[in-house]
Amino acid sequence: MTTTESGHVTEADRIEPILDLQGVTRRFGDVVAVNAVDLTVRRGELFSLLGGSGCGKSTLLRMIAGFEPPDSGQIRIDGRDMTTVPPYERPVNMVFQSYALFPHMTVAQNVAYGLRQEGMARSERDDRVHDVLKLVDLPDLARRKPNQLSGGQRQRVALARGLAKQPRILLLDEPLGALDRKLRERTQFELVNLQDRIGITFILVTHDQEEAMTMSDRIGVMRDGQIHQIGAPREVYEYPNSRFVADFIGTANLLTGEVIAATEGMVQVRLAATGTSIFVASPAPVSAGATVTVMVRPEKLQTVSGPAAVSGDANLLSGVVQDIAYLGDMSVYHVEIADGLRIQVAMANRLHTGEEPITWDDTIHLTWHPGDGVVLTS
Amino acid sequence: MAPRRRGGADIVRPFRILAGPSGRRLVTAIPFIWLAVFFLAPFAIVFGISLSQTRFGIPPYEPLIRGSEILARLDNYSFLLSDALYINALLNSLQIAATSAIICLLIGYPIALGIARAPQQWRAPLLLAVILPFWTSFLIRVYAWIGLLKNDGLINNLLEIVGLIDAPLQLLQTSFAVHLGIVYSYLPFMVLPLYAALERQDTSLLEAASDLGARPWRAFVTITLPLSMPGVIAGFLLVFIPAVGEFVIPELLGDSATAMIGKVLWTEFFNNRDWPLASALAVSILVLIVAPLAWLEHMRHRRANALS
Repeated sequence: MTTTESGHVTEADRIEPILDLQGVTRRFGDVVAVNAVDLTVRRGELFSLLGGSGCGKSTLLRMIAGFEPPDSGQIRIDGRDMTTVPPYERPVNMVFQSYALFPHMTVAQNVAYGLRQEGMARSERDDRVHDVLKLVDLPDLARRKPNQLSGGQRQRVALARGLAKQPRILLLDEPLGALDRKLRERTQFELVNLQDRIGITFILVTHDQEEAMTMSDRIGVMRDGQIHQIGAPREVYEYPNSRFVADFIGTANLLTGEVIAATEGMVQVRLAATGTSIFVASPAPVSAGATVTVMVRPEKLQTVSGPAAVSGDANLLSGVVQDIAYLGDMSVYHVEIADGLRIQVAMANRLHTGEEPITWDDTIHLTWHPGDGVVLTS
Repeated sequence: MAPRRRGGADIVRPFRILAGPSGRRLVTAIPFIWLAVFFLAPFAIVFGISLSQTRFGIPPYEPLIRGSEILARLDNYSFLLSDALYINALLNSLQIAATSAIICLLIGYPIALGIARAPQQWRAPLLLAVILPFWTSFLIRVYAWIGLLKNDGLINNLLEIVGLIDAPLQLLQTSFAVHLGIVYSYLPFMVLPLYAALERQDTSLLEAASDLGARPWRAFVTITLPLSMPGVIAGFLLVFIPAVGEFVIPELLGDSATAMIGKVLWTEFFNNRDWPLASALAVSILVLIVAPLAWLEHMRHRRANALS
C-alpha cells in the first residue's frame, strides 16, 4: 500500500485519488487531441494509457505533467487543482520517451538535477542520488556521461532521475519503446517490482498491449482522444465494452447477429453469416430484435468430433481450415465458417512430436461455453 | 587483374584512381595542397621578408643571402619590441576586438535563440534577414555609418530636432564608432554558429529541466547555455580573429587614438614602404593570435579524448 513521505498510510490516502481529471480537453487547431476525458487514478496504482498512435495518450500525459495547457477541464493532483500550475511546480516527474538525459552532465548530476532545483543540501543530495542509483541497479556508473551508457542503462538513469524527487506521480512515456525485445520484457517486471517496493503511483503511456497487460493494475484504452474503457487487464480482455476494445486488445472473433431471445442472463443470437443460433451468457440487458456483435476469443474455442458431441445449449460452428500459423507454443487456425467469414482458433501444441492433428482443408467443429462469449452493442 | 581495353576506357582511366585507396589520399590531399599553395607558401615568403633589411628599390628589401654571406636578421622583431607604438596598437586591437566580440555575443545570442525557437516556417526568412547585409558591399555599409554618425549626420540632427542635445555629439572618429562598426559588420558571423548550435538542441531537454523543477531562467543557464558553448566559442572566434586585424573600420570610423594593428601594418607597408618591418609585424600578429587558440584547441581535444 502507498506510504506518504512520513511513512504513514493515512485515511485520506485511501479516499482521495492521487489524480483526478474532469472533462479535460485539448485541441490542436481543428483536431481534438483529447476530448473531455474524466479519469481518476488511485494512490500507488500502476495505470496504463493504451492506444494507437494519435489517440491522444501522450497529449494527456503531457497535460498531467504541465507541458500542454488543457483548453478546458480540471486537473487535480493529490487533491490540489493543478490545471494552470507550471510543470516546475507540479509534484510529478516524467520519464521521457527519448529519456532526455542532459548530455553535458554525468549520471549523478542528471539524477541530482531536480534535487538541486529544490535547494537540497549537498550531503543529503549525494545520499539520495546514491540511493536512487542503487534502486535502479546502477551504483557504479555515477561518473559516466550519458553517451557512455547503453540504451538499457540510459533508461535506468532516466528512471532514477524521475524518482529522485520522490514525486507523487511518475509519468512514463513509452519508457521501454527504445529497448530490444528481451531487455524490454525483463525491464517490464523490474519496473513493476520497483513500483511495488517504493509505492509511487506510475502512469504509463504505451501502444504495446502486451506491455500494458503485463505491468498494469488498470488500463485505460484510448481512441480518438477518449478513454473507451478502464479496467484491470483481465477485465478489459475478457469483458471488453465495445468492438473497438475487443479488437484492439488481443485477437477477437466478432460475429454479428440478431437477438432472437433474451432471458435471464442468457441471450440467443442468430448469426447473420451462418443462420445458426448461438447462446451467450450476458448480464447486459439486450432486447429481442436488436443487432449485436458476439465476441469469442480464439483460445476459448475447442474442437469436437461432430455435432452429436455437443449437448443442448452449447454452441457449435463448423468450417474449413484455410490457414495455419504455427507459433511454436501454439498454433492459430483460420477457419472459414461462412463465405468470407473466418474465425481464429488458438490451440496449444501439447505434443512434442506426432502428426498435425488438424491440417489444411479439414472440416472442423468448434464449440465454446455460453459464458465465454461477450455481447457487444457498440 | 588482367588489363582490358575497351572503347572509352582511356578517358575514364585518369579518374579511376579516385576510387582506390590512393584516390582517397588524393581527395584528402586537395585541401592540404590548397593550404600549402595559398597559405603556407605566402606565409613563408612573408616570414622570409621579415628577416631581411629594408632598402630603396624594387623589391624594397635586401636578399637573405648574398654570395656566401647570410643577411637574415631578427632586427625587425627587436625593433617591434623597442617601440611602444606596436605593442600599444596590438593591445588596443585585442581590446577592441574582444569587447566587440562580447557585445556581438550579447546581441547575437538572443537573436539566434529567437530564430531557433521561431516556428519552423519563419526560420529561413529570419536567417535570410541576418545575412541580407552581405548583399551590399562591406565598404559601402561602413561608409554609410559616416553619414549616420557625423556631426551634421542623421543621428545628431534627429537628436537636435527632438531637443535632447544643443550641440552635435562627437560620434564619428571615436572608439565608440569603431566598436559600433565592428559589431555591426560582424554580427552575422556570431548569429550563424549560435543558431546552428541552438537549433540542434533537443527541446525535450528543456521540458525535462522544467519537469524537474527548474524555472525558465534556471533551465536556460543550466541546459541551453552550456550546450550552446561550441556555438559561443565558434562565434566569438569568427568575430574576434578578423576584428583584431581589421583595417577598414578603424580607418573610416576611428581616429589616431584607436590605432589598430591592421592600420599600423598598412602604414608600414604602403606609407613607409618598410616591407621587412611590416612582415615582421604580420608574422607576430599571426603567432600571437594563433598560438593561444591552437593551444586551447589542443587542450579541448585532450579533454574530449580523456572522456571517452
